[in-house]
Amino acid sequence: MKKRPVFFRKATDRMVKVISVMAALVGIFFLFWILFVVVMKGFSSFNLKFFTDISLDGEKGGIANALVGTIVITITSVILGVPAGLLGGIFLSEYGRNSRIGDMIRFASNVMMGMPSIIIGLFVYTIIVSNTGTFSGFSGAVALAIIMLPVVLRTTEDMLSMVPNSLREAAMALGTPRWKVTLHILFRAARTGLITGVLLATARVSGETAPLLFTSLNSYYWPAEPCWQFWHFFSSPTANLTVTINDYAMSPYAGLNSIAWGASLLITAGVLALNITARFLFREVKK
Amino acid sequence: MKNEINDNVKISVRGLNFHYGTNQALIDNDIDILKNKVTAVIGPSGCGKSTHLRVYNRIFELYRDQKASGTVMLDGENILSPDVDILELRRKVGMIFQKPTPFPMSVYENIAYGLRLHFKLGKGEIMDKVEKSLRSAALWEEVKDKLDNPGMALSGGQQQRLCIARAIAVEPEVILMDEPTSAIDPIGTAKIEDLVGELEKKFTIVIVTHNMQQAARISDYTAFFFEGRIIEYGETEQIFTKPLNKKTEDYITGRFG
Repeated sequence: MKKRPVFFRKATDRMVKVISVMAALVGIFFLFWILFVVVMKGFSSFNLKFFTDISLDGEKGGIANALVGTIVITITSVILGVPAGLLGGIFLSEYGRNSRIGDMIRFASNVMMGMPSIIIGLFVYTIIVSNTGTFSGFSGAVALAIIMLPVVLRTTEDMLSMVPNSLREAAMALGTPRWKVTLHILFRAARTGLITGVLLATARVSGETAPLLFTSLNSYYWPAEPCWQFWHFFSSPTANLTVTINDYAMSPYAGLNSIAWGASLLITAGVLALNITARFLFREVKK
Repeated sequence: MKNEINDNVKISVRGLNFHYGTNQALIDNDIDILKNKVTAVIGPSGCGKSTHLRVYNRIFELYRDQKASGTVMLDGENILSPDVDILELRRKVGMIFQKPTPFPMSVYENIAYGLRLHFKLGKGEIMDKVEKSLRSAALWEEVKDKLDNPGMALSGGQQQRLCIARAIAVEPEVILMDEPTSAIDPIGTAKIEDLVGELEKKFTIVIVTHNMQQAARISDYTAFFFEGRIIEYGETEQIFTKPLNKKTEDYITGRFG
């Protein structure tokens, strides 16, 4: 058999390498471009008032209410979505590993993960907002929790599956009941991975806009004022960063546009911080 | 086959069959494990020795497609019966695995965990028992200053002795060892072998091993498994010097396996 000339083989190899490096650089280039623009445009609107004020007074205004709203909505969604995701993940990994229902749940959660978030917003609109007759921060949190659920569920399953069976056997062989094996031993062994999963899911939903458009909507006031009147969270539209960005960016006023940039920078920094923490933790897992 | 029916029998197995799905791994196993003796289980890979051992504490039930039938009497009670309190069974029948499996917690907690599972104890009592177990596992001197360190931070041999301490802390009657030294260096292995000799005074020990010298060194009785059957069972001395079965002889002289 005749061999292909070495020159061509080497040239092909080099070409594939150059093309793939270029493709990778394009991706990184856009990431840094976005970061650069957001920082440049956003940073100039950072000042004390931006973080403490809720007024709409253009350049002098702030987004304190939206920041608090986003934090409250995100925390509520974590409270609603994470336990359900963790328990579902336990079921898939520990009880339903080769069962039909386990396979069904796994498939359903994969479908849910790919579902456009706006659909989930509309869904929550029909079951909560239209039934209670009001937009509310809580309904926004429910929408975000639904988005989180499959992500947490699958990471929990993956992380628990990574714990070697020998540890399960050792714990069972000591006479440990199944639920204690999972909660005391496996969770501890998979701890970092589970926290990583929760952080990534939180990062994912904290930047969502579409599901909040139909649920939390937006507001120019504090989520609750005075702050102990928490029921406003359940009964009135709640300010949040992403919808604020949406509203202010569309505004004809330059001052509001710049506040939108500031809010963008804030949320980018938050999501980035969550991602970096998660990566850092995940590196520990791999060790 | 031994047929001593007396108080010295700790575990009496009759007609034990075992299936992995449709695959039969044990065929009509009959054996009497004697109290306060070390019984070695030998045989080539895949002969069913680990499978046999894993019936004694029903750990195989963790896997849905594994099924055992027959009778396994522990002090006259059939442990395969569905009425058996499985958690109490596993307290009475401890197990040590091939790879050390410390829990992801401190040395102290590794032992205290099992104690709290099975007994209501005060803090002081737990500490006493942790120390006692570590001493029995010949580990106390090495870890007494690092009880708060993670169990995983110990050496392989130490981890295995930690697992032994964890198993004996809950006061079992039988200890099953599934190739406990195959992942341990020679010094660690020697320590564990010495330990088995000590533990024999208080516990009934069944040990699966690939290492024929080890079986000869530490066991009183030896069972030879081949293709899911118990081919020969008797005093270790006899099995290794005057095996009755040709297969046994071939195996221990290294002709196959």
